Amino acid sequence: MSALRYVYAVCRPLDAPLQAELTGIGGAPPALLHHHGLVAVVSTVPEADFDEQGLRARLEDLDWLSATARAHQGVIAALSTVTTPLPLRLATVFRDDSGIRAMIESREDDFRRALDRLEGRVEWGVKVFVESEPAEPAAAQAAKPASGRDYLRSRRRHSEAHEERWQQAESFARSLHERLSLHSEDFRMHPAQNSALSGASGQNVLNAAYLVPRSGCEEFVELVDRTKDETPGIRVELTGPWAAYSFSGEEA
Amino acid sequence: MTTASRFPEPYGQSGGGANLADILERVLDKGVVIAGDIKINLLDIELLTIKLRLVIASVDKAKEMGIDWWETDPALSSRARQNELAKENAELRERLERLQELAPGSVPTEEEAP
Repeated sequence: MSALRYVYAVCRPLDAPLQAELTGIGGAPPALLHHHGLVAVVSTVPEADFDEQGLRARLEDLDWLSATARAHQGVIAALSTVTTPLPLRLATVFRDDSGIRAMIESREDDFRRALDRLEGRVEWGVKVFVESEPAEPAAAQAAKPASGRDYLRSRRRHSEAHEERWQQAESFARSLHERLSLHSEDFRMHPAQNSALSGASGQNVLNAAYLVPRSGCEEFVELVDRTKDETPGIRVELTGPWAAYSFSGEEA
Repeated sequence: MTTASRFPEPYGQSGGGANLADILERVLDKGVVIAGDIKINLLDIELLTIKLRLVIASVDKAKEMGIDWWETDPALSSRARQNELAKENAELRERLERLQELAPGSVPTEEEAP
């Protein structure tokens, strides 16, 4: 049999069925594997893509990785509308369902603890960017420095302005983070994003995830929205709600 | 289900305006780690994460990223931050080399930006 079983998430039994048209990796429909009062959300994937050799090659292919990551996230997002799932890391695969059952048995206490901790909570992503430098005034550029001293003076002015911009961005990000921390139960800092991968303009100075009870989301989103126009040259981006990816890997 | 416990509406357009980096940093770097039947997965994924982070950490103006300011002295100078970043970068490279020794042939070279 040239197929493997891919596990997206573990959750408690669902109150409502998954969307009938939901598809996972490679277009396969996810199924629910019940065991010991827990549910593994699984689908069948080609062994050629997910065995040791195959996966190694596939992970180097950004298009494949991107499609696979989006399909994984698609299933997690659909699950989030009907339950609070515990997302597993990308590419968790087993030879067959008995391997998955054995995994559930060996980890069931951890799963239950994590599911209890995250029940009814979602993750919001908040990023702060410093927009690209404004162009130097044309006059300043056109005017040829009269002397070496003038040149150095203008260089220093430029670098001071630059420094000021960064300090402003940092204090903005710090104050935003303090406010958001008060409106969330927990937070995680992610490394700043590379614009080549994110396609976002400007430099990323804050990339954080906040764990928010579903009932507190409206207020959290409003709080972030209100800060968006606070400071010129600084952009705030909000993503979510996500399943609590950033909070599921460890005990809080 | 009560109204309060309903999954909130996505923010912005579909997917909440999430870009590929937002998705990858969650599905690759977060989530519960379970050793499945294919053991190499974790190693490969760790390498990929390191590779993505190396790209991030090699942005020319390291200072502009301000990584870790939230858990360090607020009075930390920009030079200190730059040193921090250089240190993290060096540590990641060292880890990559160690992993390369563990799994020869399976490791992406860091020069190939994804």
